[in-house]
Amino acid sequence: MHNFLFGIYPYIALSVLLIGSIARYERDPFTWKSSSSQLLRRKQLVIGSVLFHVGVLVIFFGHLVGLLTPIWVFDAIGISHGAKQLLAVIAGGIAGIMALIGGGMLLQRRLNDPRIRQTSSFADIAILVLLIAQLLLGVGTIFVSLQHLDGHEMTKFMSWAQGIFTFQSDAADHIADVALLFKLHLFLGLTIFLVFPFTRLVHMLSVPLRYFTRPGYQIVRSRRNGPAE
Amino acid sequence: MSHLLDRLNFFQSKELDTFANGHGQTTRENRDWEDTYRNRWRHDKIVRSTHGVNCTGSCSWKIYVKSGIVTWETQQTDYPRTRPDLPNHEPRGCARGASYSWYLYSANRVKNPLVRGRLMKTWRRMRATMSPIQAWTALQNDPILRGEYVKTRGKGGFVRATWDEATEIVAAANAYTVKTYGPDRVFGFSPIPAMSMISYAAGSRYLSLLGGVCMSFYDWYCDLPPASPMTWGEQTDVPESADWYNAGYLLLWGSNVPQTRTPDAHFYTEARYRGTKSAVICPDYSEAAKFGDVWLNVKQGTDAALAMAFGHVILREFHLDRQAPYFEEYCRKYSDFPMLVKLEEKDGKLIPGRFLRADDLDGKLGEETNPEWKTVAWDSKAGGLVSPNGAIGYRWGEQGEWNLEEKAAGTDTNLLMSLVLDEDHDEVAGVDFPYFGGAATEAFTTGDTRPDVLTRNIPVKQIKTANGTIKVATVFDLFCANYGLDRGLGGDWVTSNYDEDMPGTPAWAEKITGVSADKIVHVAREFAQNAEKTNGKSMVIIGAAMNHWYHMDMNYRGVINMLVMCGCVGQSGGGWAHYVGQEKLRPQTGWQPLAFALDWARPPRHMNSTSAWYAHTDQWRYETLTASEILSPTAPEGDWDINIIDYNIRAERMGWLPSAPQLKTNPLEVAKAAKAAGKEIPAYVAEQLKSGELEMSCEDPDAPENWPRNLFVWRSNLLGSSGKGHEYFLKHLLGTDHGVMGKDLGEEGAQLPKEAKWHDEGPRGKLDLLVTIDFRMSTTAVYSDIVLPTASWYEKNDLNTSDMHPFIHPLQAAVDPAYESKSDWEIFKAIAKKVQEVAPEILGKETDIVALPILHDTPGEIAQDQVKDWKKGECDLIPGKTAPNYIAVERDYTAIYDRFVALGPLMDKIGNGGKGISWNTEHEVQHLRELNGEWEDGPAKGCPKIVTDIDATEVVLMLAPETNGEVAVKAWAALSNATGRDHTHLALPKEDEKIRFRDIAAQPRKIISSPTWSGLESEKVCYNAGYTNVHELIPWRTLTGRQQLYQDHLWMLAFGEGFMSYRPPVDLKTITKEVVDDGDSLVLNFITPHQKWGIHSTYSDNLLMLTLNRGGPVIWISENDAKKGGIVDNDWVELYNTNGALTARAVVSQRMKDGTTFMYHAQEKIVNTPGSEKTGNRGGIHNSVTRATLKPTHMIGGYAQQSYGFNYYGTVGSNRDEFVVVRKMRKVDWLDQPASQKEAAE
Repeated sequence: MHNFLFGIYPYIALSVLLIGSIARYERDPFTWKSSSSQLLRRKQLVIGSVLFHVGVLVIFFGHLVGLLTPIWVFDAIGISHGAKQLLAVIAGGIAGIMALIGGGMLLQRRLNDPRIRQTSSFADIAILVLLIAQLLLGVGTIFVSLQHLDGHEMTKFMSWAQGIFTFQSDAADHIADVALLFKLHLFLGLTIFLVFPFTRLVHMLSVPLRYFTRPGYQIVRSRRNGPAE
Repeated sequence: MSHLLDRLNFFQSKELDTFANGHGQTTRENRDWEDTYRNRWRHDKIVRSTHGVNCTGSCSWKIYVKSGIVTWETQQTDYPRTRPDLPNHEPRGCARGASYSWYLYSANRVKNPLVRGRLMKTWRRMRATMSPIQAWTALQNDPILRGEYVKTRGKGGFVRATWDEATEIVAAANAYTVKTYGPDRVFGFSPIPAMSMISYAAGSRYLSLLGGVCMSFYDWYCDLPPASPMTWGEQTDVPESADWYNAGYLLLWGSNVPQTRTPDAHFYTEARYRGTKSAVICPDYSEAAKFGDVWLNVKQGTDAALAMAFGHVILREFHLDRQAPYFEEYCRKYSDFPMLVKLEEKDGKLIPGRFLRADDLDGKLGEETNPEWKTVAWDSKAGGLVSPNGAIGYRWGEQGEWNLEEKAAGTDTNLLMSLVLDEDHDEVAGVDFPYFGGAATEAFTTGDTRPDVLTRNIPVKQIKTANGTIKVATVFDLFCANYGLDRGLGGDWVTSNYDEDMPGTPAWAEKITGVSADKIVHVAREFAQNAEKTNGKSMVIIGAAMNHWYHMDMNYRGVINMLVMCGCVGQSGGGWAHYVGQEKLRPQTGWQPLAFALDWARPPRHMNSTSAWYAHTDQWRYETLTASEILSPTAPEGDWDINIIDYNIRAERMGWLPSAPQLKTNPLEVAKAAKAAGKEIPAYVAEQLKSGELEMSCEDPDAPENWPRNLFVWRSNLLGSSGKGHEYFLKHLLGTDHGVMGKDLGEEGAQLPKEAKWHDEGPRGKLDLLVTIDFRMSTTAVYSDIVLPTASWYEKNDLNTSDMHPFIHPLQAAVDPAYESKSDWEIFKAIAKKVQEVAPEILGKETDIVALPILHDTPGEIAQDQVKDWKKGECDLIPGKTAPNYIAVERDYTAIYDRFVALGPLMDKIGNGGKGISWNTEHEVQHLRELNGEWEDGPAKGCPKIVTDIDATEVVLMLAPETNGEVAVKAWAALSNATGRDHTHLALPKEDEKIRFRDIAAQPRKIISSPTWSGLESEKVCYNAGYTNVHELIPWRTLTGRQQLYQDHLWMLAFGEGFMSYRPPVDLKTITKEVVDDGDSLVLNFITPHQKWGIHSTYSDNLLMLTLNRGGPVIWISENDAKKGGIVDNDWVELYNTNGALTARAVVSQRMKDGTTFMYHAQEKIVNTPGSEKTGNRGGIHNSVTRATLKPTHMIGGYAQQSYGFNYYGTVGSNRDEFVVVRKMRKVDWLDQPASQKEAAE
């Protein structure tokens, strides 16, 4: 069971994430959007949304860097595991609280504003609940981490994550003995990957970064250079 | 190919073309996504149709269909060009019309036949053992079963039915009613045939074959201006909107052209670019106000005072101090100004009386035919009295002198307009004029303390008559005195100083209207100057705003007087442009045989709705206005102190107004009794009426025998829109929950009617069955017993015309009727078929008796030159002369469907006609046989088929002079006989033109000129009313044959309206101590204009319109009034008076005039309307606080132009004199709690 959940399920989740996102992008491009409800009610959204997004982005990139950077890199540049863990706990903790407050505001608004409630799909509400649950679990792991500040525990997760991405069949073994709370956190994280293509989360993939670099403000399209009709 | 792969373009050059110094960039990204939008606007076909709505727009539209679904609509742009120099008509169509396609697939579409649940349950139970007729009989004879469904009207509970079942109930109810009470207890209400002629005709044809009653609408809507028939003998005839462009001066008076005449408004803009000057008169800062060079914000309801002051200035400067030659000639030839009026003595004083007639004179001026109907003038050429050509007496019984040539008895004349010169008059005498200005109510008073009779000096002539020497004066001299103009004859109440506060002057009007005197003088002067320079190209565009007041005639006659003084009527670019209701059914004479089944039996049963609803919804039981309040102080002796309903009853009795029901006894039974007695029907009925064996229904409207029993409402939202006295409809006609808060006359202890029988308890629930045919769940549908789903405007074939443009064009089925709906034509066919199946159980071939009032444009219209009531013993009862005519009509209830789908034999036998002329139609009927096919057997053997709606359109187009040149020539030839002048040249060039349905489907077509109308549609001139009167010398269809500015009927004189004057709004007394709650102090004048956010007056319930407005009912109030009432914008407010209550949000706007509140027409109470705190019922509609009040002068009949015509003359449903209490709602209750368990279980 452990092997399925942390050895095989990650591949299922990631496959659905990848293939599902491509399929949606191809088949239903008009559903590829953030479905913002800002038009319906602006006030609470702005502060809640900013808190939530900043928090989640910090956490997301923290996890990405923390988990997928090979351990030897940290060793090579001389960051101790303990220091790394401390950094993760402090930065992650602050960001987690921010995201939780923001997420709570967003959820409150989504459930209690009759107009937003009416225009919300099941997925809209469910994904927000999932993310908040995941945040709670994540913040909860801090208390476990604080009991052993040597950073060893953390390397287990790094090994696991890197094992998954390097197709090691025994990747799940790295985390066989971690606390249940961590396992729940991991499982829920994988599940969020799994449902990703079916929710508004896809807007992550279309962050309009290009706006920062485009040269002109008047964009015209040309038939001349486009693909053959 | 793939959106993702297209994005993976790492190997492409990043170099992109730039432009505008690098601010612009040309990208190379995939553009397939654009196809989504291309497909969104891609369609399978475009079909021409339009909107069957009463907005007068009559715009041709492109209806787009995609995969069998109507997707959207856009404006057609292929109208034929008219005359050179005129701007194009297109594009026609407004954003509101473009929202229509929403209805087709919306949630409030009626998808199946619906029947009230409780009715259905009982019906099914009874039908298990009984025939349809037996079942309905049993149901009606059981008061508990009947009450069960009657009392739940408007409370939901519909169940689906099949067409078979629903039509069976309707057929059984109709047949039972015909048998039990008489066919004149089956009513049908549908308005404005011009907006979808065949759909109207479907129901009216069915009703007419059945013997049922077709109810009028134009008068009920108060869109009919009675001043028009009074002055011109014409219902309403107006210039097309393109003619605005020819005007030199446009006066917009109470008309909001950009908002309510949107597709035509461009002509107003274009006219302004051309240099036309314009003044706008309206109390609020309307959308039209910004078009004007000047805006006169007159106090609401005081327009007549303004018109009088305008007239004062025009008369002074263009007729008296200086005579503008064009004006003088025009008035002499085309108005009644030269006609002589007898001055009659009353209490030793002189008052203007009747027109002098040939009959009054010794030798009758040699006139043998109708001398009592030939008016007399002074001819200055020969120096004597003459009877000029053209009076109504020349119209009937003789031919050739009914024209406006300046002749009398074959000799040229030059009529004298004024006797003011010393050599022309014998003396100067004081004549009494009534003055009503001092009788204003609190909201309108100016502290005027003048007496109610003003004596002014008039130049008079003494002439010898058969009854001794009498004094006479010309209409013009009396007219000038009435305007308070000093002509150097001395005496009081006249002035030559505009600044003197004397009735008629600008200074006087300023006090009443709030418009400054200098502006009045300025506008009047410019209006007349332009008319003088252009030979009459000054025009007044006028809206319902002025016509909805109780004394609307005064407003309108004030305007008409100005136009006649300035020679504007009948001149292109000038005249009276009353655009209220899409009244112009251009192919009218071709349509009438189809619509009223004149091909099978004549006459049909027509009823004036205002009087009918007034009686049958028992609004008369609550009448607060007494005749004495509106009676003239100069009224001749008479029995005037009776209730308003009594006047109506007398009018019906004397054959002036129609009746429905007609007799208390079933007419089928009366006919049988007459036969048994071996007597002719008219003689038998007359005898029985005199003896009192037969009673007229009008004398006891509350007796169960006299209730309307079945009512069809189609193409209409009677209960959600036009039903003045909405709460009275609910209380008495429907018998369900209502909001009436006032007491009736009995409870009040007020004077009870003398003629109408009083029942202490007003009946509740008169109707056995209310059937509504609609495509949407309107307020009316919600209150009905049966709702039948009809085809929408994009799902049926029909015809459409308007007064705003000269084209005829179709409605067409772009798609088949959605869900289970059918076109109106198919629905009434189905009902007729069902009647044919179920009725023979109790009905066969029957003789019906139709009571016909004395009709305008028939020889009978000169029946009563004196007012005499047979019941009072003043004359004998002679049907058709002193009473309604009683005419036997054969009905065949076993062949009602067979007749419905065939053009009957009377078209061959009697022919066709209209407005007093007739012609043969054999040729056209034969064409129709060849075109539509003919029935080979059955009751209609040999008759042309009218099976489909397109067949029906062909009947109309074939028979109408406007769409068949051959008929037009015949019609003009018929008129030529009467006038003695050849008019056929107006149609001869188009003799071979025959417009068919496929022609108008291809492109809108210009109509052919016909004598049905007073304008021409030609290459030379825009359509303009009165044009043929002026240019072809065809008389107006009035007593004098001229534009008649003086009305001499006894009742007109009694009510002080011989001449136009200012009459303040009446006091309806609906804000009583009993009804007003403590602390409610904001009382406002309640005005109901047409809305911006609705398809004309009716369709405001669609999502687009609701979104653009505030999503539910609103009223408008001024900032000052809002402050007084503690109201801020968007507050929920309640408006109430004794008539009922309504709820709405407040729009607080600077646009509004203090003291008034607007509530736009027909905001459905089924959309976002909370409960009223006052009544406890759901909000109410705009008509919840109104009640119709009749005016006796509108009941006059048998008197030339003042004779009844369907939708032409009669009582009108005015509603603007109403006041309401406005207060902020304390608690907004949506009444959305579930029904109690007990109620739900039922």
